[in-house]
Amino acid sequence: MALLEVHDLTVEFPTRRGVLRALDRVSFSIDTGEILGVVGESGAGKSLTGAAIVGLVERPGRVAGGEIRLDGQRIDNLAAEPLRRIRGKRIGMIFQDPLTTLNPLYTIGRQLVETMQTHARLSDAEARRKAIGWLDRVGIPAAAERIGAYPHEFSGGQRQRVVIALALCAEPALVIADEPTTALDVSIQAQIITLLKDLTRDHGTAVMLVTHDMGVIAETADRVAVMYAGRIAEIGPVAAVIRHPAHPYTDGLMASIPSLEHRVNRLRQIDGAMPRLDAIPSGCRFHPRCPQVFGRCTEQQPELLDAGATQASCWLHANG
Amino acid sequence: MRVRRRPHAGCMPMAKLTLEVVAVSHFFDVSRPLLQRMFTREPRRRLRAVDDVSFEIASGSTFALVGESGCGKSTIARLAVGLYEPSAGDILFENKTLSSARAQPAMRRRMNMIFQDPYASLNPRWRVRDIVAEPIRAFHLAKRPNEVQGRVGALLAQVGLTVRDGEKYPHEFSGGQRQRISIARALASEPDFLVCDEPTSALDVSVQAQILNLMRDLQGRLGLTYLFISHNLAVVRHMADRLGVMYLGRIVEEGPAEAIFRRPRHPYTRLLLDAIPDLEQVGRARTPVGGELPSPIAPPPGCAFHPRCPLAAQRCRVEKPAHVIVGGVAVACHAVEEGRDG
Repeated sequence: MALLEVHDLTVEFPTRRGVLRALDRVSFSIDTGEILGVVGESGAGKSLTGAAIVGLVERPGRVAGGEIRLDGQRIDNLAAEPLRRIRGKRIGMIFQDPLTTLNPLYTIGRQLVETMQTHARLSDAEARRKAIGWLDRVGIPAAAERIGAYPHEFSGGQRQRVVIALALCAEPALVIADEPTTALDVSIQAQIITLLKDLTRDHGTAVMLVTHDMGVIAETADRVAVMYAGRIAEIGPVAAVIRHPAHPYTDGLMASIPSLEHRVNRLRQIDGAMPRLDAIPSGCRFHPRCPQVFGRCTEQQPELLDAGATQASCWLHANG
Repeated sequence: MRVRRRPHAGCMPMAKLTLEVVAVSHFFDVSRPLLQRMFTREPRRRLRAVDDVSFEIASGSTFALVGESGCGKSTIARLAVGLYEPSAGDILFENKTLSSARAQPAMRRRMNMIFQDPYASLNPRWRVRDIVAEPIRAFHLAKRPNEVQGRVGALLAQVGLTVRDGEKYPHEFSGGQRQRISIARALASEPDFLVCDEPTSALDVSVQAQILNLMRDLQGRLGLTYLFISHNLAVVRHMADRLGVMYLGRIVEEGPAEAIFRRPRHPYTRLLLDAIPDLEQVGRARTPVGGELPSPIAPPPGCAFHPRCPLAAQRCRVEKPAHVIVGGVAVACHAVEEGRDG
């Protein structure tokens, strides 16, 4: 049994002009110790998927259907208080901007101690000792002295290290990391990704890594889900999705990324843009931009179908 | 201050130059207020955003500057179009100093800029046709209203939009389309030289490909010269003819882009290239660059990169490295000069 199972997750936003469906029957699972990458362009629903799992969909948005199970237990229908206890304890979270994640008025030590004491019975001295241990583990130099420092006294990269310590200090089974390196420079990005990978491997933590950066996914994730306009377009092992994409969208996405290895005269581009939620096309959502579109695509929405090593929601794979 | 003209490597030895940047430095005064300084006896503090930078851009080519945040690349972008005055050194636009060139509207219209954020750089209360028409009117490039409209329509068509899009407001467009509008506006004054400061950083990759393709098409069609600023090495590789790698206000490596990508020599360039996640190497473990970017207010003495450099030696801690030419590429590194780079 998978650690996290998401089945037919649907999120809707009621507006004056009708109900917008931002996630449409999204299904996937994550095993213990596995890193699932979730990629997609802005507005594809990748961050919303993460938020829905921990019950943080912003109002007036609401989970309109589907099931979310953590260790077999349903968590999508929990009341606010039991859900709050799962957040932090069972599911840790890392967000893009470390400055807004940390409370600027409290020392980082106090924030770590408070988090650990909320989720486990620990004496103050014990919690402090553990907090220093975590700061040390995430690579904050002179952890015992820096524990009394405020977030603004750290650089961006160090702040993200503190955020990782905060997310992992209650030893959750699953971490949802939403664009954890997007705000950082490439050299710092590499440090943070390596750290996240090493720590979660050591602790057997499963990770849902949400990012728009296919490169980060390539070297970090075991499997990847590619999202498009609120649905999963393709899901499968990272190497297969990158080298042999089965969905025309994934294929176009991979080809549009400029390469460091060789220079081409023209990048392959996908014409047009992702549809807005109030103008979702009929049938397959990608069909107006798809170079391989045929009759069925305009009428019928494809589900995830087996396509070699991966699964793709594309009618090209209707016959296996 | 050393002023050394570098020989042009590569195929076009005496190509016409659009922009020459000669030993340019730019400082920002970040001192505390005068009274406070008198009480606390603090000295003035200057941030060296750009420190003794030289390069030249041949007409019709793309020169790219790449580096991490705070390395001074956007300051150079602003210097290159005259939004800042250099604190020291000279910038020449077609052999005239930039300040004298910008004094004449006929020269000023020939340079323009494309900004990073297409959401912040378009006036939300103007229709697209007015946004694109503004430079045409400002430089009196067309007089009669229908002549202006004709030009606007042609510009919109050139960037892949329609005349009907001109009636809309910026908020009705996606990020990629807004960047097309920015490009149309930048082209409206019929410039030869465009400074592009991270033009695709705010865009999704599939849209980024559209904009990069458009920029290269326009360069081929109109003979544009680009100063292209980016933090993304893969994008730079796709666009650049020549490349300068910046670290803390200095260019540490400069030369033909192909030569640098084929064989990066400066340890910082190598680390930067190594730190980039690569699609073609699934599951590769990266060698992270240790350490953090130092503050440009108090850069390390000697070579600014020495605290993070695997090849740092005693000389690197005290002496600023000068550029040496290796294989047609200028590199500011003692280790390369001494042949310690392996």
